[in-house]
Amino acid sequence: MLADDENARVIAGGQTLVPMMAMRLARPTQLIDITRIATLSYIRGDGDTVAIGATTRQCAVERDKLVATKLPLLAQAIPFIGYTATRARGTIGGSLANADPAAELSLIAVTLDATLSYRAGSKTADIPAQEFFVGPMTTALPSGACLTGVRFPVWPGKVGVGFHEVNARRSDFAFVSAAAQVELAGDGKAKRIAIGVGGIADCPFRLKSAEQQLRGTTLDPAKVNEAVRAALADVEALADLHASADYRRRVAATLAARAIADAHAHAQGKAQGKPHAH
Amino acid sequence: MHTLTRKEKPKESHMRIELTVNGAEHTLDIEPRTTLLDCLRDHLGLTGAHAGCEHGVCGACTVLVDGVAVRSCLMFSPQAEGAAITTIEGVTPGPGELSPVQDAFCETHGMQCGYCTPAMVLVAHALLADNPEPTREQIVEAISGNICRCTGYAQIVEAIALAAERIRGANRPPELRK
Ligand code: FES
Ligand code: FES
Repeated sequence: MLADDENARVIAGGQTLVPMMAMRLARPTQLIDITRIATLSYIRGDGDTVAIGATTRQCAVERDKLVATKLPLLAQAIPFIGYTATRARGTIGGSLANADPAAELSLIAVTLDATLSYRAGSKTADIPAQEFFVGPMTTALPSGACLTGVRFPVWPGKVGVGFHEVNARRSDFAFVSAAAQVELAGDGKAKRIAIGVGGIADCPFRLKSAEQQLRGTTLDPAKVNEAVRAALADVEALADLHASADYRRRVAATLAARAIADAHAHAQGKAQGKPHAH
Repeated sequence: MHTLTRKEKPKESHMRIELTVNGAEHTLDIEPRTTLLDCLRDHLGLTGAHAGCEHGVCGACTVLVDGVAVRSCLMFSPQAEGAAITTIEGVTPGPGELSPVQDAFCETHGMQCGYCTPAMVLVAHALLADNPEPTREQIVEAISGNICRCTGYAQIVEAIALAAERIRGANRPPELRK
């Protein structure tokens, strides 16, 4: 059906598509509701990954024990998506496929190097999250394809996570968000580190140069600050009514540094502050 | 409004759906693009679900779908087939009576114009069914998706806390009640 009609749209939770339709920003000719396809709704652990089906409701992931233990970063970010009532319907795949630059789920997928799977006709394929998001509301999903699921790698060992975002009201779209996950080696140095920021540009991205500089270090706050600031220096940030590009860059650096500090403390087993919007 | 016998065929542009609302079953012929909100209001006469923004921002249209608060303006009616839908008309224990949550809203002046109220009451029902002892923070979080232009929210939070306390009290064995 999708392949035959380029204006047909897949609908899952409808928490983004229906508002767009109400505002006449989207006028699909046909809607294909996939929420009743039972095989697309699951949360499965399989060794070093956790796989989540595209139509799994956000509230189900929010309450899931496996996600809480294996994917703490995802667990920490989910409450920031919309409201309880929208998470009750909104799906994981729906948010990813929508690719809002400010979406928390896209940021987490990019930060954790998740792999997205889709199906087009009878063909199935995978895309790494970093290649999946190509622009605001634009993904690498071929036309006629439907996202089926996402797999998040699970980090073993002493892992800590941090997530921060700034918005006008909690649950509103984030102006800027930052996520970090750290794995500490026995000597307390960062064995692995992933830092992602969202809301600042067309799609969420990783602070790769900062990751490189900080790997193998003790994550000294001054060094962290310097590294994230440098990594963000030439980013072309979005500017809109809510926040200027400069502001977004500045806040992204601060939030990323905080997320790393939280992740570090969390990995060390120190009591960790609750995630909060600012 | 047109409730049908099962034999008639729906029009080309329409779809036949079965909805369970407040325990009653309805068979309707409806354009599939009709939102659950419009269906409840215009086809079933349940006008307690209010239309505010109609694009998912204000929460005035909240109903319970299988006990969970959702925005009915963001659901198409056929998507609600097979679910148990509860509207504000369905929370009262009997005609002319109020639920403990509604009672508490009256007592604490948890409403002024009343536009947001049915939704707030339903959100409170969903919260208390899930968590009989919510903290103030949890109450605030629960109603954070619902906009009220009148009360300033304080009395709504108070109402839900009062209802929670009463429901807990009522569920306690008589000798332990205050
Ligand atoms: S009318 Fe549905 S959220 Fe405003
Ligand atoms: S009482 Fe008027 S909007 Fe809430």
